[in-house]
Amino acid sequence: MESDGELGSVFRALADPTRRFLLDLLFARDGRTLTELESELSMTRFGVMKHLKVLEEAGLVVARRSGREKLHFLNPVPIRMIHDRWIDKYTERHVTALLDLKNELEKPS
Amino acid sequence: MSTVTDDSVTTATQVYRVYIKATAEAIWQAITDPEWSQRYGYGGYVHYDLRPGGALTVNPSEEMRAASAAMGYEIPDVIIDGEVIEADPPHKLVTTWRMLMDAGTAAEGFTRITYEIKSLDAGYCSLTLVHELDGAPVLAALVSGAQEEFGAGGGHPWVLSDLKSLLETGAGLAG
Repeated sequence: MESDGELGSVFRALADPTRRFLLDLLFARDGRTLTELESELSMTRFGVMKHLKVLEEAGLVVARRSGREKLHFLNPVPIRMIHDRWIDKYTERHVTALLDLKNELEKPS
Repeated sequence: MSTVTDDSVTTATQVYRVYIKATAEAIWQAITDPEWSQRYGYGGYVHYDLRPGGALTVNPSEEMRAASAAMGYEIPDVIIDGEVIEADPPHKLVTTWRMLMDAGTAAEGFTRITYEIKSLDAGYCSLTLVHELDGAPVLAALVSGAQEEFGAGGGHPWVLSDLKSLLETGAGLAG
C-alpha cells in the first residue's frame, strides 16, 4: 500500500458510474444504511454490497456501526489527496494561461 | 459531509479517514503536541490535559495573528476550547470541541470529536476522525471544507491530507 497504490485504488473505484452514483448519494446525505442506498439503485443487494466494498477498500466510504445499523459515510480525504497532489499543480498554470488569452483577445487591434 | 439537508432524516456526523505510514505514537504526538500541531493544517498550538475532565485549548500561531491583523480582525487568544472525555494514548482521544474564532460557531456551542488510531500491516496506521456536529450547521460547513473558496481553508479533509504529508515526507503541503 505505497503511495501510488493508495491513489490507484481510488481512481479504479471512481472509474465505475454506479460507484460514483453511490458517492453522490452519500454526498447529498451521509450516514446511510445499505437498505437506503439499495432503494436508490435498480440492482441486487449483493451488487450494491460489492460496489460499497470497493469504495471502502479505496477509503472513499467509511462504514460505522450505530446500534444495530451499519451506516456508510463519504470520506472525502482521498479525493482531497488527489486534489492536493495533482490539481493544485495545474490550476495555477491554467489560470495564468487564461489570463494571457484574455489579454491577447482584449488587446486593441 | 452532511452539509446538504433535505426533508428526510439526516445525520450531523462527519467521518474522515486517512491511512498514514507512521507509528500510532507519531500520529498521536502530531495531534496532541503543540510543537507538531502548528506544523500542519490551520496551525495553532494545541494544549490537552489528557485526562477525563481535562481542558483542551488551542492558541493561534504568530502567523495566524499577523494574518488576522492584516485583515483588520483581532484573533482571540483561545481559538478552540473543549474538554477531554477520554484519552487512551496512542489509540483514542475524545473531546468536546468549540470553535471561538467566529461568533456564529461560538454560539453553536460544543460539538464532539473522536480520533481513533489503529495500527495496520506494512507500517501503516488508519486515523479516523469522527466529528459529531448536532446543532452546529455553521461549524459543519466550515470543517467540511465547503467554504474553502471564501478563504476558510479546506476543513478536516485538508488538515488530514496535510498531516499525512507532514508525517510521511517531513514537510506539509504548504511548506
